[in-house]
Amino acid sequence: MKTTFSLMALCLCLVACGEKPQTLGNPRSDTAPYTGTTATAFASPGWKAGDKTSWEQQLRARGQYGQNDYTRAP
Amino acid sequence: MARMKFICDAERCIECNGCVTACKNEHEIPWGVNRRRVVTLNDGVPGEKSISVACMHCSDAPCMAVCPVNCFYKTDEGVVLHDKDICIGCGYCSYACPFGAPQFPGQGAFGVRGKMDKCTFCAGGPEANGSQAEFEKYGRNRLAEGKLPACAEMCSTKALLAGDGDVVADIFRNRVVKRNKGAEVWGWGTAYGSKQAGQPQPAAAAEGKS
Repeated sequence: MKTTFSLMALCLCLVACGEKPQTLGNPRSDTAPYTGTTATAFASPGWKAGDKTSWEQQLRARGQYGQNDYTRAP
Repeated sequence: MARMKFICDAERCIECNGCVTACKNEHEIPWGVNRRRVVTLNDGVPGEKSISVACMHCSDAPCMAVCPVNCFYKTDEGVVLHDKDICIGCGYCSYACPFGAPQFPGQGAFGVRGKMDKCTFCAGGPEANGSQAEFEKYGRNRLAEGKLPACAEMCSTKALLAGDGDVVADIFRNRVVKRNKGAEVWGWGTAYGSKQAGQPQPAAAAEGKS
């Protein structure tokens, strides 16, 4: 009997010590850029929206021909 | 793909502020907010160096660490973005950022601090890619258009490089090999004690202090 009461008291104490989670919700999920844009008129040609590999290749190529002048200079 | 990164080649930057103008124009940034700035050290002294500075999209971003409302998030491409609907404009991110990237628009006659605004690497925000809501809050989403940030693409001397970290590093390495100098990016001398960076050497700095 005594043990039961002790266990109940212990359970009550532990419940009282419990703390409600105070974590904040994360920001809303963002859509990955490789899925494309709704403003299709501004989209660069040469890649397929939704195809991640194609988007990565587009950015890599654009990075090289747009920024690496040593590949363009004779 | 590696993480998206900016790098500014101080050997090439001519302080034209073309990147600043391109950014402001592309995203229709209001007066008083500068997502990107050009900083010049030793201005007017022979050997002055300039670099273009904006959010560096840190791998371990201090702004994210200190934000009390957890409005920041990082995309799979390593771009640090934030949700303006969650931001309370407290300014903690501004104190934490070593680059002065977070900006606060002054709204009203007494300069009430609005929600934080910063460089998005032209990746918009949580709203639908290319939507009007995204444009009004964060500006254009050029990444979703298959383009790189406007500041780097508009740079006349190609001092400012942006894109996949591997590509950017490859371009910069190639430059250094070809010109045989200027391997140091901003802060390199301070961090590693290089003698080519045009920055005070440890001995000179110690003499200055004494």
